[in-house]
Amino acid sequence: MIDRRNSAWHPAHSHLQAVLQRGRFAVTAEIGPPRGANIAPIRRKARLLRDWVDAANVTDSQSAVVRMPSWAGCLVAMQEGVEPVMQLQCRDRNRIALQSDLLGAAALEIPNVLLLTGDHPRFGDHPDAKPVFDLDSIQLIWTARTMREQRKLLSGRNLKPAPDWFIGAVENPFAPPLNWRAERLGKKIAAGAQFCQTQFIFDVKIFEQFMAQVRDLGLDKRCFILAGVGPIKSLRALEHMSREVPGMYVPDQVVRRLRGVPEDRVGAEGLALCTEILGQVKNIPGVAGVHVMAVNWEDAIPEILERAGVGPRRKPATAVVQRS
Amino acid sequence: MAPCSVRMAPATTDLPRPFRPRVTALAMNALHRVLDRRNPLWYAVAVLLLKMAPLYRLFTAVEHLVKGQLFGCRMCGQCALPVTAYACPMTCPKQLRNGPCGGVGVDGSCEVYPGMRCVWLIAYERADAEGRIQDMRRLQRPIDQRKWGQSSWVNYWLGEDEGLWTSEADIEHEPLLLSSSAGPRS
Repeated sequence: MIDRRNSAWHPAHSHLQAVLQRGRFAVTAEIGPPRGANIAPIRRKARLLRDWVDAANVTDSQSAVVRMPSWAGCLVAMQEGVEPVMQLQCRDRNRIALQSDLLGAAALEIPNVLLLTGDHPRFGDHPDAKPVFDLDSIQLIWTARTMREQRKLLSGRNLKPAPDWFIGAVENPFAPPLNWRAERLGKKIAAGAQFCQTQFIFDVKIFEQFMAQVRDLGLDKRCFILAGVGPIKSLRALEHMSREVPGMYVPDQVVRRLRGVPEDRVGAEGLALCTEILGQVKNIPGVAGVHVMAVNWEDAIPEILERAGVGPRRKPATAVVQRS
Repeated sequence: MAPCSVRMAPATTDLPRPFRPRVTALAMNALHRVLDRRNPLWYAVAVLLLKMAPLYRLFTAVEHLVKGQLFGCRMCGQCALPVTAYACPMTCPKQLRNGPCGGVGVDGSCEVYPGMRCVWLIAYERADAEGRIQDMRRLQRPIDQRKWGQSSWVNYWLGEDEGLWTSEADIEHEPLLLSSSAGPRS
């Protein structure tokens, strides 16, 4: 079995990979690009996160809603000294566009990519769009590894020079079949995934069972696993997350807890809950880091990390800006 | 946000939606042994069909009819059924070839059609019941989009879909997507 976590294949400039390889608990967060031609919100979010995270994902038209592209957001994050993770999904691109965007990321020295299938257009602001899904997430990860290690495109044509990224995947431990989710992660690892960020964890017990299966399969030795957490800001957000976001599992006890406090206290309770969950999951064997998703509430991230005792990062001054 | 505010007429287009197979995997595995490509008879049939276009069209139409009724077949021309417990992955709205997405509902529903069961969950349950869960571990290579509408039986007998998926043991190792000698594809 190959331990790709420590393989020779890593971009010299991925700070995230270096942190994980050193065995330090890694922290990533999420930056959602704006709907509009304005980079100011990305700058603001990146500055906010700079001292707190090892890298930040820039999402790729998440929930099938049109946003500024991930690569553009990644460039802005880099200018602000935040190492980006470029998300790339298969919903909007065929294999030509996917490989093209991967090349662009490597050429611009975006060191990390997160490769996913993507939400169906049905959920977004253009339900009338043509869903592409020419490749699935596993095939995309496999393609990226092929481009990097075999120096070839899917067509078999040679690539010169070969691109390089730290390749990431996602997994949802809460979606049926629960007994097969670790195996599915195993497929992604076999395809080339070196790190994995999970879906929001609101049920630590199910996540523990997932991690037990991951360890049984030896996957935590082949891939860095970052546990996904995030705060719920309001009852509206709770409603949205538990009903409308695909693949989101919000158990009843969480709903009861947030509904049990006065409405103006829901945000504080959601933040406390997130901190508690982070505190629990970071001690589960095999968890190499945490991925904090605070959609439209990035300001809460430093407080969550501080209260859970995992921040700030105080990165050495290797700002990506200086290298360009 | 509501997915769509206009009232939609009933769909007449052939959009993929989950389909529960109407035959058991056990029966189909038995039939597959009869239709095995190692039998030279089938290779001869395939070559003959390729030479006679009207016959090929008739054969393909019958294949579509039969597999459409049994599996919701959409004629991708490169059949994955033997390793998905005969639940067709092309009936998944995302046409995923490598297992369920992360959007499966807690009750097992498809994220796109909440009233329907995820076709990959059906595949998993059928494979589990048959003791062939290891089939789900195979990595499925990207399909050739040019083959839509072709007969997957003929393609199978001719060996054209060889390498569509990896052997199950490859998971532990790291299978190659392209064979190392792969040159530019025509």
